[in-house]
Amino acid sequence: MLEIRDLHVRVDEREVLKGIDLTIARGEVHAVMGPNGSGKSTLAYALAGRDGYEVTGGTVRYRGADLLALSIEERAREGLFLAFQYPVEIPGVAGTTFLRAAVNARRRHRGERELDAMQFVKFVRGKQAELNIPDDMLKRPVNVGFSGGEKKRNEVFQMALLEPTFAVLDETDSGLDIDALKMVANGVNALREPARSMLVITHYQRLLDYIVPDRVHVLAHGRIVKSGGRELALELEREGYGALTAAEAA
Amino acid sequence: MSAVDAAAETVEALGESGYKYGFVTDIESDTAPKGLDEEIVRFISAKKGDPEWLLDWRLKAYRLWERQQDEEPRWARVSYPPIDYQDAYYYSAPKSVDRPKSLEEVDPELLATYEKLGIPLHEQEMLAGVAVDAVFDSVSVATTFKGELEKAGVLFCSISEAVEKYPELVRRYLGSVVPYSDNFYATLNSAVFTDGSFVYVPEGVRCPMELSTYFRINAANTGQFERTLIVADKGSYVSYLEGCTAPMRDEHQLHAAVVELVALDDAEIKYSTVQNWYPGDEEGRGGIYNFVTKRGACRGSRSRISWTQVETGSAITWKYPSCILQGDHSVGEFYSIAITNNRQQADTGTKMLHVGRDTRSTIVSKGISAGRAQSTYRGLVRMQGKAESARNFTQCDSLLIGDKCGAHTVPYIEVRNRSAKVEHEATTSKISDDQMDYCRQRGMSAEEAVALIVNGFCKEVLQELPMEFAVEAQKLVGLSLEGSVG
Repeated sequence: MLEIRDLHVRVDEREVLKGIDLTIARGEVHAVMGPNGSGKSTLAYALAGRDGYEVTGGTVRYRGADLLALSIEERAREGLFLAFQYPVEIPGVAGTTFLRAAVNARRRHRGERELDAMQFVKFVRGKQAELNIPDDMLKRPVNVGFSGGEKKRNEVFQMALLEPTFAVLDETDSGLDIDALKMVANGVNALREPARSMLVITHYQRLLDYIVPDRVHVLAHGRIVKSGGRELALELEREGYGALTAAEAA
Repeated sequence: MSAVDAAAETVEALGESGYKYGFVTDIESDTAPKGLDEEIVRFISAKKGDPEWLLDWRLKAYRLWERQQDEEPRWARVSYPPIDYQDAYYYSAPKSVDRPKSLEEVDPELLATYEKLGIPLHEQEMLAGVAVDAVFDSVSVATTFKGELEKAGVLFCSISEAVEKYPELVRRYLGSVVPYSDNFYATLNSAVFTDGSFVYVPEGVRCPMELSTYFRINAANTGQFERTLIVADKGSYVSYLEGCTAPMRDEHQLHAAVVELVALDDAEIKYSTVQNWYPGDEEGRGGIYNFVTKRGACRGSRSRISWTQVETGSAITWKYPSCILQGDHSVGEFYSIAITNNRQQADTGTKMLHVGRDTRSTIVSKGISAGRAQSTYRGLVRMQGKAESARNFTQCDSLLIGDKCGAHTVPYIEVRNRSAKVEHEATTSKISDDQMDYCRQRGMSAEEAVALIVNGFCKEVLQELPMEFAVEAQKLVGLSLEGSVG
């Protein structure tokens, strides 16, 4: 599904990722953990293709093609989804309007007929129930005045609608209380399926109690310093990042 | 007999009896020579078959205008080379010289825009000013509308026809809101206007349809110096829509229209405009100068006048649709979207003059600048001495796209009554990279993203438009900003 080889990324003249290697197979869920400033979000943005995240070396192959050759929207249309750490407010644009534009952009790309307003409402109804998204949330302007929990739930809801092949969740747990965290995790788990892979970025192991990953990677100083199974997350929780990152620095 | 035929006949009759003003211009000709002088004004007046009072009015306007040559307004934040008023036609300019012969000669970008707006081919030709007769197969539809209006007692016709058929009404109200001496362009318009619409809604009548429908079917009712007069008698209601979402070309660079609205007791007029005159090419060459005077008088108690405008076209826009709130408890509203891209310049806003007690006004202005464009909101709120407990709320938002454009806000507030209350809110923002990336990460192109974000920014104004037009206007908002990103 996704194959990252020796990826170097520069932000504001500073090298943040210094050679990442990571392979995620079809249907797998990988977690990337690491202390603040280790480069977790940079990895997410570089994969999504945001401006300002300059790839200075390495390759990323996505479903056999060169991901880095595509623009941010082309990557999205090819099924790459990023759940933003800080979902962006778009004043005056109703949730449904935004979502319909997004869904139709993808449908156009796949050569499918666009959904009109009525068809879209039907399409959304089913998914709404699954994630407990009230109508009101879709009528309000995108993310404007949303609580932290609502914003994150809205990200997962978008993911459900857009049915990505590969999803990156960037600190989707940050700022959530335990109930909100469970709700978001349930939403994500419901989307796990053999044809869909995920990269879950998080600072805390807590999230991984609910979204159980196939593999865990520890990112420090722009490199993956350790990879392992689920137990690695628990080990980190016990011993902290200190031991690992110190070992790397030494 | 159409108004034009009637006018021509009148003119012929005058010719036979030896025209008393010693006319030198060939009356048979459809075109007056270049330039403007008293003879030309008389020529136009004769062509239109004006009654004497109207000719006198035109002449007064012309003589004033002639004395005012140094008084062309210079205070607006727009710049353009001096206009040579003697180097223009004031009646029936040549239709052939610069006119494209077929759509193949028309700016391909313009055609692409028509395509995106889904405009049928024959309408494209008309809008682009191709030298063909636009034939519409909608005559019967128009007739149906006309019948319905007649049944309701609504008078709706060209201003020339109104002068002929309803002279008392026209004489009573013409120039009563925008006097001929109002400003340089209004004075010019008063002297030479040839086209425009007239609406009279009788007491207690609710006009049975949006006048837009009829208007648009009747095709290009536009001219260089349009003059529109709408009178809503006591307790009546009318919604009028002018313009078109499709970019319109015109051979005349200068447009100076005047619109006057009069609302009597309990009457309501809703006037919506979508202005998309050709803005010129990317450097602004060849664009229209749109210098318009629009004003409504809420003469009666509890009357209401609402202006909604979407201004996306023209090289230069100079326009301040205003309300004089004379009647107690009368209400004035101004909702505006002004989009400028490339080299466009817009200086637009409103004047709310509170005269009566308990008068209320609302101003919502959304200015969007992209490219190298400059957009200015200029608005006056005046609470006069007797405007007891009058209220105004103004919200003025500017959105910038890119870093070479400008947005300016120039509010004037004058309060002469202690009980009056004026609120002004203003914001200036940019479309952020985060917003763009968020939309694009969901699969939208940069242009789709801009259109979506800008439509959101304009929402409060767009929802004031009549339903049928709001959808088209939304599309237009996106199209106007094409090429502004990426």
